[in-house]
Amino acid sequence: MNTQTDNNNLFADQPWLDPERSPFVKIQSLTKTFGSFTAVSSVDLDIYEGELFSLLGGSGCGKSTLLRMLAGFETPTSGNIFIDDTDMSNVPPYQRPVNMMFQSYALFPHMSVEQNIAYGLKQDGIAKNDIAERVENMLTIVQLTQFAKRKPHQLSGGQRQRVALARALVKKPKVLLLDEPLGALDKRLREQTQFELMNIQEQLGITFIVVTHDQEEAMTLSTRIAVMDQGRFSQIGTPTDIYEYPETRFVANFIGSANMFEGRVVENGADYVTVKTVGSDLSFYIDHSAAVRENTAVWVALRPEKILVSATPPEEQSQYNSVEGVVDDIGYLGNFSIYKIRLANDKIIEITHPNQSRPKHGSHLAQWEEKVYLRWADHSPVLLTK
Amino acid sequence: MLCLGFAFLYIPIFLLIFYSFNYSKVVPVWGGFSLRWYVELFQSEEIWKSVVLSLEIAIMNATFATLLGALAGITMARIKQFRGRTLFSGMISAPLVMPEVITGLSLLLLFITMAEVIGWPTRGITTITIAHITFSLAYVAVIVQSRLVGVDESLEEAAQDLGAKPFRVLIDITIPLLAPALVAGWLLAFTLSLDDLVIASFVSGPGANTLPMLIYSRVKLGLKPDVNALATIIILIVSIGVCIAGWILSRQERQRVLDMQMAESGKFDQNEDEPVRA
Repeated sequence: MNTQTDNNNLFADQPWLDPERSPFVKIQSLTKTFGSFTAVSSVDLDIYEGELFSLLGGSGCGKSTLLRMLAGFETPTSGNIFIDDTDMSNVPPYQRPVNMMFQSYALFPHMSVEQNIAYGLKQDGIAKNDIAERVENMLTIVQLTQFAKRKPHQLSGGQRQRVALARALVKKPKVLLLDEPLGALDKRLREQTQFELMNIQEQLGITFIVVTHDQEEAMTLSTRIAVMDQGRFSQIGTPTDIYEYPETRFVANFIGSANMFEGRVVENGADYVTVKTVGSDLSFYIDHSAAVRENTAVWVALRPEKILVSATPPEEQSQYNSVEGVVDDIGYLGNFSIYKIRLANDKIIEITHPNQSRPKHGSHLAQWEEKVYLRWADHSPVLLTK
Repeated sequence: MLCLGFAFLYIPIFLLIFYSFNYSKVVPVWGGFSLRWYVELFQSEEIWKSVVLSLEIAIMNATFATLLGALAGITMARIKQFRGRTLFSGMISAPLVMPEVITGLSLLLLFITMAEVIGWPTRGITTITIAHITFSLAYVAVIVQSRLVGVDESLEEAAQDLGAKPFRVLIDITIPLLAPALVAGWLLAFTLSLDDLVIASFVSGPGANTLPMLIYSRVKLGLKPDVNALATIIILIVSIGVCIAGWILSRQERQRVLDMQMAESGKFDQNEDEPVRA
């Protein structure tokens, strides 16, 4: 009994690691084709209760199609969807225990805010008093009480977004699907709304599945992210996993930016790998092992913020994880600057460096065409085989 | 050029109004101002009978054509794939390009055959109404379809997602959104029917003279000024209707734009869109 409790505590924030938990939404080899185009290609996915799960990908990667299949607006070509252990194959959209928040918000223009939110409850034949009470509650949660009688066109973008959220949440769905929930808001409002959305999700404990093309949004919001590309999942993991341990070149490039080096494995030790890059002297020493044979072609990804720059040569020379170059370009972004460093073989490496002091006080590391020395820790590079 | 065009369009109408107040029995001769023809018009039972008949047909036609045309339009706009869709869409729009003479003639043949075989319909108000519905519904279908194409489909999906069965979605969402198109379609069908001379002449029977038929037959017997008086009244009614409709529409649009501007700028009231800092 005791171990059981321990287990629960251990996995409270990471239900996907708990072997005893069964997934709340289960997707099994789901495929959707439109004519000869395959939008979603045999994907499997488990989502656990209370998760805020993001489907992240560029346009046309199949993330919206997947969401629409969950809502029931598209019929899968093959495969199954289970929600709370119920097969959804023959369940029409209006009977599914899910609600969706549409990208366009899809507020009914001829109904007031109140009527919009009440619409779903009316369909369930709930008593008038209860409807009024639940709508009132919901309006309080999204802070729109004084706008109850407004029509959608009398609201600002941010308010409309909250009405759409309230309308989808008021039915207490088992799963809430959100299609680009913050896409139509401006940047400042989007950042504030992200945290609001997370608070509401925690408050109500409903499982959220969010579709987004905005990696920052996915990183901030999610418990886990599935990165999608050409109808498949490239990687599924926590934001940290995905950013720090990308499994494919696509993920490394799509999430944040990465300097990518093509090379060959020189040595594969018990707890390290060394890689010599193609066309330059640069060699990597990576402090984690990988299942690669020597001399296989691999890629090494290196995040711009993990590279240390100095204008003076390092004291001890190392054959690994260091290189010298010339500043090709500097981009000043306020909180940090982007440096483009040209290596001897004309390859450009991108580096970000925080501007801790003002330029006049010598924070600029280096000027254009100045020679700089780059190095990084053994745990910084990521070895990629795909 | 444009002035010339307008001149040819409007001078005849003004002339017609002008001569309707003419005392003289011969149209182009000015015999002094008078309301004589208006009095005569209101006393003419024949004219009033045809006005009532035309209105009856127009209202029935507009109503049925709107109903059927809306169904056709919704089908065309919302059901992307079904067997014979191309054929269906072709058949819907065919009446728009079919010469009226042919429509009239073929319908007449149909009605005669039907009357012989099943004894229905007798030619008159029924046949004219049926004939008008057949071509008006095509116009309504086109209006409804084009309006619906412009309506975000996710509105209907959202309703379904919230638990509304397809029929409820139609009643609660699709039809209210279509309201402007339905009103426009109804009015167009009404006008088309009121306007029609050719098809009505073909399919009408003894005693059933619509207003256009009556006017045409009278003009053939020589211009009589009471027709001018009637035309003036019709022009007056139409102008008033158009003015009112235009005024309502522009007021609604102005209000809507104003609302939107105020919502975005946050001037509706003090407590505006300050997101929660939880």
